[in-house]
Amino acid sequence: MSKTRDILLSPIFTNNPIALQILGVCSALAVTSSLSVTIVMCIALTVVTAFSNFFIALIRNQVPSSIRIIVQMIIIASLVIVVDQVLKAYAYEVSKQLSVFVGLIITNCIVMGRAEAFAMQNPPIPSFFDGIGNGLGYSVVLLFVATVRELTGSGSLFGYEILPLVTNGGWYYSNGLMLLPPSAFFVIGGFIWLLRNSKIDQVEPVEYKLASHTK
Amino acid sequence: MIEDYLSLFVKAVFVENMALAFFLGMCTFLAISKKVKTAIGLGVAVIAVLTITVPVNNLIYTYLLADGALAWAGMPDVNLSFLGLISYIGVIAAIVQIMEMLLDKYMPALYNALGVFLPLITVNCAIMGAALFMVERDYSFGESVVYGMGAGVGWALAIATLAGIREKLKYSDVPAGLRGLGITFVTVGLMSLGFMSFSGIQL
Repeated sequence: MSKTRDILLSPIFTNNPIALQILGVCSALAVTSSLSVTIVMCIALTVVTAFSNFFIALIRNQVPSSIRIIVQMIIIASLVIVVDQVLKAYAYEVSKQLSVFVGLIITNCIVMGRAEAFAMQNPPIPSFFDGIGNGLGYSVVLLFVATVRELTGSGSLFGYEILPLVTNGGWYYSNGLMLLPPSAFFVIGGFIWLLRNSKIDQVEPVEYKLASHTK
Repeated sequence: MIEDYLSLFVKAVFVENMALAFFLGMCTFLAISKKVKTAIGLGVAVIAVLTITVPVNNLIYTYLLADGALAWAGMPDVNLSFLGLISYIGVIAAIVQIMEMLLDKYMPALYNALGVFLPLITVNCAIMGAALFMVERDYSFGESVVYGMGAGVGWALAIATLAGIREKLKYSDVPAGLRGLGITFVTVGLMSLGFMSFSGIQL
């Protein structure tokens, strides 16, 4: 069972899809200004990744390699359509806020990347767990970013006020910058910095060594 | 008329820049921006693909998928819009494939320059994003041509700029944990702050 646990847990910190594999960055930035929207996005992505990995692994020996991309695309697109319809039916407000980003799960590189890198070589059950693991890795980064942004940007979490705002008679001046999309980049950059400080082996090698000061 | 198209174009390039305002196509944007030359090659490919796929998807949406679009075939009550996602990605994959063959036959130089980037464009979210925005905003056929092209130009501009910055950045002394990907994120954040100054422009 330890292998399953390994597959499930390693993408969270040691092989994080966003911080190390550069997969799935697009949606990580645009949907993280409030925590509740982010959670819906994380769940949607984890479900799609897990099931697409499962189904692709199931038919991996039957699909000729020349048309595998199209086949993968169709499986992923059908799953995303299901998720999209479910969201529209049961969480219409959130689905409006996510706008095109649910559809963009299709082209989210995590789904495609894991299908190519893992599901094509492994049996369905491990692939399923790999999908869940990578979904969790993605969720960790997203939840971190969303927590920082919502807390500092509007002083609340899930819409409940944590830091009382000056406008409501409290003491906290909200930082409007954190609600703007660019701040997501800074927060993710900071997350990568923190992560790599604790896992030194992820630090990238220097491309160009600075000469030491002469005199 | 011309003015409308022009302002839509400027809006798509600067105000609603695909990469720096909507963060689409980020994976390729971050992964393939180490050298200006490859970045420009990829940018050109994205412009070409966007200029073709957005109008084609527009036609498919208007005449096949939208609510009541099948009226010309005698089926006014059919609404196929839930098939949207799967048909857009199919169209994109097919057009990228066709473009690859055409370039290989008629412009081998450009084909060799683009190399592996051409098939990768299929999974570039900027392409899919443009198609979805086009549907969400109800663009006409003419508008979708202009919008597709503008979105492509904006994305190409952004990746070329980032590659230029990163080429210089490798000479700087960055803290170890932030080196490489981390500092690139911060750089893109600053660039996108810069691009936000366009957002107040009314066209």
